[in-house]
Amino acid sequence: MNVAEDRDPFEIKDYIREDQMPHFLCPGCGHGIALRALLWAVHELGIEKDKLAVVSGIGCSGRLSAYVDANSFHTTHGRPLAYATGLALARPDLHVIVITGDGDCLAIGGNHLIHACRRNLNMTCLMLNNEIYGMTGGQVSPTTSNDRFTTTTPAGNTEPVFDACALAGAAGASFVGREVTMQVLALRDLIRAAITHDGFSFVEVISDCTEIYGRKNDLGASPEMMMSQKSPMRPFAYRNTVDVPFRPNALKTGILTQQERPEYGSAYRAMTAGLRDKTGGE
Amino acid sequence: MSQRRNLQGNQACALGAIKAGCRFFAGYPITPSSEVAETMARELPRVGGTFIQMEDEIASMGAVIGASMGGVKAMTATSGPGFSLKQENLGYACGAEIPCVVVNVMRGGPSTGMPTRPAQGDIMQARWGTHGDHAIIALAPASVGEAYSETIRAVGLSERLRVPVVVLLDEVIGHLVETVDLDGVAQEGEVWRKWASGPAQGYEPYAVTDDMIPPMARPGDGYRAHTTGLTHAPDGFPTQNPDLAVAAMTRTTEKLVLHRQEIESWRVTECDAADVVIVAIGIAARAARQAVKDLRDCGIKAGLFRPVTLWPFPEEALRDVISSSGAKAVIVPEMNQGQMVLEVERLLAGQVKVTPLNRIDGEAISPEEIVSGVWEVLS
Repeated sequence: MNVAEDRDPFEIKDYIREDQMPHFLCPGCGHGIALRALLWAVHELGIEKDKLAVVSGIGCSGRLSAYVDANSFHTTHGRPLAYATGLALARPDLHVIVITGDGDCLAIGGNHLIHACRRNLNMTCLMLNNEIYGMTGGQVSPTTSNDRFTTTTPAGNTEPVFDACALAGAAGASFVGREVTMQVLALRDLIRAAITHDGFSFVEVISDCTEIYGRKNDLGASPEMMMSQKSPMRPFAYRNTVDVPFRPNALKTGILTQQERPEYGSAYRAMTAGLRDKTGGE
Repeated sequence: MSQRRNLQGNQACALGAIKAGCRFFAGYPITPSSEVAETMARELPRVGGTFIQMEDEIASMGAVIGASMGGVKAMTATSGPGFSLKQENLGYACGAEIPCVVVNVMRGGPSTGMPTRPAQGDIMQARWGTHGDHAIIALAPASVGEAYSETIRAVGLSERLRVPVVVLLDEVIGHLVETVDLDGVAQEGEVWRKWASGPAQGYEPYAVTDDMIPPMARPGDGYRAHTTGLTHAPDGFPTQNPDLAVAAMTRTTEKLVLHRQEIESWRVTECDAADVVIVAIGIAARAARQAVKDLRDCGIKAGLFRPVTLWPFPEEALRDVISSSGAKAVIVPEMNQGQMVLEVERLLAGQVKVTPLNRIDGEAISPEEIVSGVWEVLS
C-alpha cells in the first residue's frame, strides 16, 4: 500500500462520528491521542472508510470503535481478536483494525493475542496500555507497575509487569512496535507502517490514565504523566524492572520486530485452491 | 436425481450447513462433535469457504460471529463443556442479533463427565445457558436425515430472523450412521438475511419494522454501521434510555413470538385417542417410537409427541395434542435428571399427570424402559 502523499490535510472530523460527541473519556486520558494517530494514519494511507473495520473489546479502549466513522464492532471482553479473525478471514477486502487495552488483550484475551501473533492473519492490533482497568474503577492490570496502588492492590502491586511487545514477539508476531502518546507523529507513522505490513501487526501504545490511576499514585496530571512516558529516569510503563530478566528496564519504542512471513489468509486460500469445486469425498 | 449417502449425524450437520450456504466454520476439537469440524475442514474449501481451527471454544464462537458480521453465513460445533465456554459470545449474538448456528452434540456431564457417552443434559443450557433475558432457537434432530435437514433449517431461521440457532444432537444421533438422500430436502432456494438497501443517510441498523427483523448492513456497502453488545437504540449506538432499553429487549424476544409458526416444528405419532402420550427428543424419541409400536401390539393406546423445535417449545401444539387425544397420562423419557419434563409440566399443569423417566448412566434409553415406564404410569 502506498502512502498517498498528495492527500488533503488530515481533518479528524472527516473520520469520526460527530453525533457521538461528546466522548466519554476522562480529561487527560491518552486514548484520544491514540485514536487521532490511528485515523491520521488511515487518512495518509488513503483507506476508504467503507473498507475500514474497527473491532474493539471491552473497557475504556473498547468504547473508541463507536467514535470512528467506519464499520465498527464493539465486541466482548478480551475477544476482539477472535471476532476480527472471523471478520478478516471472511472479508479479506476489509482493513481490519483491532483496538484493545492492557486488561482486554493481556489478561482475559491473552490466549487470543498469542495465537493471533502465531497465525499472522492480516490485521493491525493497537493495544492501548494505561496500566489499569479504568472502566471498572481502577483495578490492577497485567501492566500495572510495581508498588502502584489500585483498588485491588491497596498495599501496592507485587505482580511483575507483562511486557506485551516481548510477548507478541515471542509468539511469532511478524510486526511489533511500541510508541507513546506523547509523540503523536511517531505514533502515527508507526501505525501506518503496521497497517501497511502484510500480516499480523501488534502496536503497544503507552497511554495514560490520569483520573483514577495517575491521580491516586501521585504521578502528576496529564502533562507530567506524558512527559514521564519516555523518561529514562522514571520509565512510566516499566518501572522497577531491573531484576526481572524478561523485561527491559527502559522503554524501547519504534518498530521492534518486522519480518516477512506468509500471511495466513492468503496462505490458506492458496493451499486450499486445489480443492475448489472438487465434489465427492465422504 | 437423488444423491443417497451413508452419513454420520455429525457429517450430515456439516453437509446440511454447506447446502444452506454456510461458508465459514470456526471450531475447536471436542468429543463427540469433532467430525463436524473435520467434515467442514475438508468440504468448505471445495465451495470456496473457510475453515479455521481456533485456539479455544471462546475464540471459535467469536470468529463465527465476526465472520457473520462480515456478511458470511457461519457455524461452529461443540459439546457441553465447549458450549458453556461459548455462552458469553452466544449472548452477544443474541443481543446484537447476529445470525449464526451452533451445533451441540450432547455427552455425559457435568464437566468432562463421560465424553464418549450420550446424554441429553444440555436441554436447559441450550435455552438458558447465556446470561440475561434473550431469545434463542434450538432444534433437536432425531435421525441423521433430520440432522441434515434441520441444520439447513437452522441456517435459514438464523438468517431470516437474525437470531442464533442451536442444533442439539445427542451423541447417539451425532455418531449414528444412516442413509440420507441429500437431494430429498425441499428448499425454496438459498435463504439470506434481509440486507440493508436504500440510502445510507438515515439507515438504522436496529430499525423497528413490521416483521421486527431489522435489515442488516454488510460492511463495505456504505452504511458504516456500529454493532455493540451494549443495549442499543435503533441507530445501533449504546443507550441507557429506559424506554429504548425496554423496546430493544422486547423486540428481540417478541420477534420469535411473532414468527412462531415458522419456527415451531413437531411430529405426532399415534396420538389420536391415545391414553398415554410420550414426549421425547433425539435418540429417546427413537426409542419412544418403538415403544409406541410395542405398546400398541399389547393393546395399550400410546402415542408420541416429538418436538423438533425444542426452543421455543411448541406449546400450543402440545396442549392441543394432549387435549384432543384425551390422554390421561404423559411420560417424558430423557437422558438427564429431568429437564424437558419441567417445560412439559409447566405447559400441562392441571390438564394431565406428567411423569419423568430418566437415564443418566451414559447409555441410551431403551424402548423396553419406556414400555415398562408406561405400564407403571397406567397401573
